[in-house]
Amino acid sequence: MSHSTAPGTARTPDDKSNEDSGSDGSDDGSVDVRVPRARAGRGAGPVAGGAAAAGVTGRVPLRVRLRRDRVLILMTLPVVLLVLVFNYLPILGNVVAFQDYDPYISDNGVVSILNSPWVGVEQFQRLFADSAFWDAVANTLVLFIIQLVLFFPIPILLALVINSVIRPRVRAVAQAVLYLPHFFSWVLVITVFQQIFGGAGIIAQNLRQRGYEGFDLMTDPEVFKFLVTFEGVWKDAGWGIIVFLAALTSVSPDLYEAAAMDGANRWRRMWHVTLPALRPVIALLLVLRVGDALTVGFEQILLQRDAVGPGAAEVLDTYVWWNGVRNQDFSYAAAAGIVKGVVSLGLVLAANKIAHLMGEQGVYKK
Amino acid sequence: MTTPPAEPAANPRAAVRTGPWAAGPRPVWEEEPSRAGLAGKGIVLAGACLAVLFPLWIVLVTSLSSKQTIQEAGGLVLIPRGITFIAYQELLSGGQVTRAALISVAVTLVGTAFSMTVSVLGAYGLSRSGSLGHRWMLMLLLATMFFGAGLIPTYLLVQTLGLTDTYLALILPSAVSIFNILVLRGFFMGISAELTDSARIDGAGDLRILWTIVLPLSRAVIAVITLFYAVGYWSAWFNASLYLSDQDMMPLQNVMIQLVQKQEPPVGLGQAIRAGELSQLAVQMAVMVIALLPVAVLSPFVQKHFKKGMLTGAVKG
Repeated sequence: MSHSTAPGTARTPDDKSNEDSGSDGSDDGSVDVRVPRARAGRGAGPVAGGAAAAGVTGRVPLRVRLRRDRVLILMTLPVVLLVLVFNYLPILGNVVAFQDYDPYISDNGVVSILNSPWVGVEQFQRLFADSAFWDAVANTLVLFIIQLVLFFPIPILLALVINSVIRPRVRAVAQAVLYLPHFFSWVLVITVFQQIFGGAGIIAQNLRQRGYEGFDLMTDPEVFKFLVTFEGVWKDAGWGIIVFLAALTSVSPDLYEAAAMDGANRWRRMWHVTLPALRPVIALLLVLRVGDALTVGFEQILLQRDAVGPGAAEVLDTYVWWNGVRNQDFSYAAAAGIVKGVVSLGLVLAANKIAHLMGEQGVYKK
Repeated sequence: MTTPPAEPAANPRAAVRTGPWAAGPRPVWEEEPSRAGLAGKGIVLAGACLAVLFPLWIVLVTSLSSKQTIQEAGGLVLIPRGITFIAYQELLSGGQVTRAALISVAVTLVGTAFSMTVSVLGAYGLSRSGSLGHRWMLMLLLATMFFGAGLIPTYLLVQTLGLTDTYLALILPSAVSIFNILVLRGFFMGISAELTDSARIDGAGDLRILWTIVLPLSRAVIAVITLFYAVGYWSAWFNASLYLSDQDMMPLQNVMIQLVQKQEPPVGLGQAIRAGELSQLAVQMAVMVIALLPVAVLSPFVQKHFKKGMLTGAVKG
């Protein structure tokens, strides 16, 4: 818009309730329109452009808002574009699940999609008839349950212990150390484990040198699920403390004092004050975990898939990766991806519903 | 119920303990901790910290040990003896690992700068509620937290866009994290509107307000989010394994997979290892130290801001 559409009348601060006649007679081209954006609970803002047009009702016209907010819109544009291209555009690509997609028809993916034959739900039928797919589903769910039971409570316990420490220096050091592994890459974490617990790792080497039999935890399908969970605990249990500590700092000390005056000892105070304060956070994180049940550490497991073998290490994500990227069976893998996505979305919604029924807020409000 | 001491000074042990490790103020109504309780806490915390630090110690010490030391210790070196930097010298004297490390540094710097620019602008643009399109743009971003397009379509898209075998493929597809943007936005929204409004009266535009008022007030959260992005780029390996086919373009994490997981000696160092001058184990551990050093050095500086950052973003959502 090359012309300033500045109306001669100025507006009052609240652009929702308030008005402008819509006429924009003055075309002086240089007036900078500054209509204050509405802010909840805020009264006067700067009013530019002249006298207040009291009593006129209606909405600020689109053109004026566009001109007023153009800088903000331009600022947001890059992220919106990135998300549209890399998060929304690929959703269209899921049509290959209903095709027999042949990537070699052309160099261009879109042209290949347009020229590949449609096969309806054939890929899904293939998928559901494949026992390897159901094995991957079973592995995913077993791993999810193991992680839920063995991982989930640990950050809560650690947070309770740290919260009960009143020496600031001890707290700071413990937190710094426990947060650290979260920032290591999965490649590094698994490599560390391999160097220590692997067949060529230092413990096994040392045992062999002393005449004992070595061992190799890293390639053992029997212990794989626990190994993966243990790696996860090592990497992220410390990081998980943060959100619980944050919840605990928001508990009013008055509650503890009142409980103490009523004769509650430290354990009673933990039971009746601390734990109820954590309840919403625990519920929220449980909902998030359940919604994410079909995603159990893609990078982590993919890195160990070769060593352990797909029998124990194949989860849904690696199944998609193996069939799509490795075997170039794009349509089949995309179908598996769609099934996973749809079930995951259903799980989020269901888990959230349950959280609401339990009287918690969940991820989003009702 | 025992009567609590009226004043902290009445607590004999509090008077004894001073210095940086001294206890903070204990509420007057709280009991003195029992010996067993203190010991239990100490064991839990010390055990957890040891579990984190011990493997890192082993990695560091082994990387600094000579082949002879490692052999004598049966691979398990606990205490450094005769420290040598030979593994680092060999790795960082211009071979495969040097190149990969430089690539990782470059991708991390460029990627983080790009991600931060886009995220800060976007978060600020979305933080002024009531602006045009603010609501639906926010919805558009939020929705992506509930579903993803899936691996295969994303892979096909990156191919179609011609990003394969370019470093852009390591940056663009995962350039912004919606979670990080929400954290930034939450923080920006907490900045007093009187402040920004007064700047507006003085004639400052949105960009100027962001640069001169909002950013200086948001140093803590900016530091945290920068670290998150930087660590993300530094740790990434999967995009490179998907989209890069040229081994010479691979970043450090991917080279580490090759060297350590697949037990291949680094290109150019095989000779030295076979000749027995260099321990394969020390070389592997040295690569790991190179990979973890930047993260281990940087994150403690930002650590004190973590809680604030997570609180404004995650809990408020």
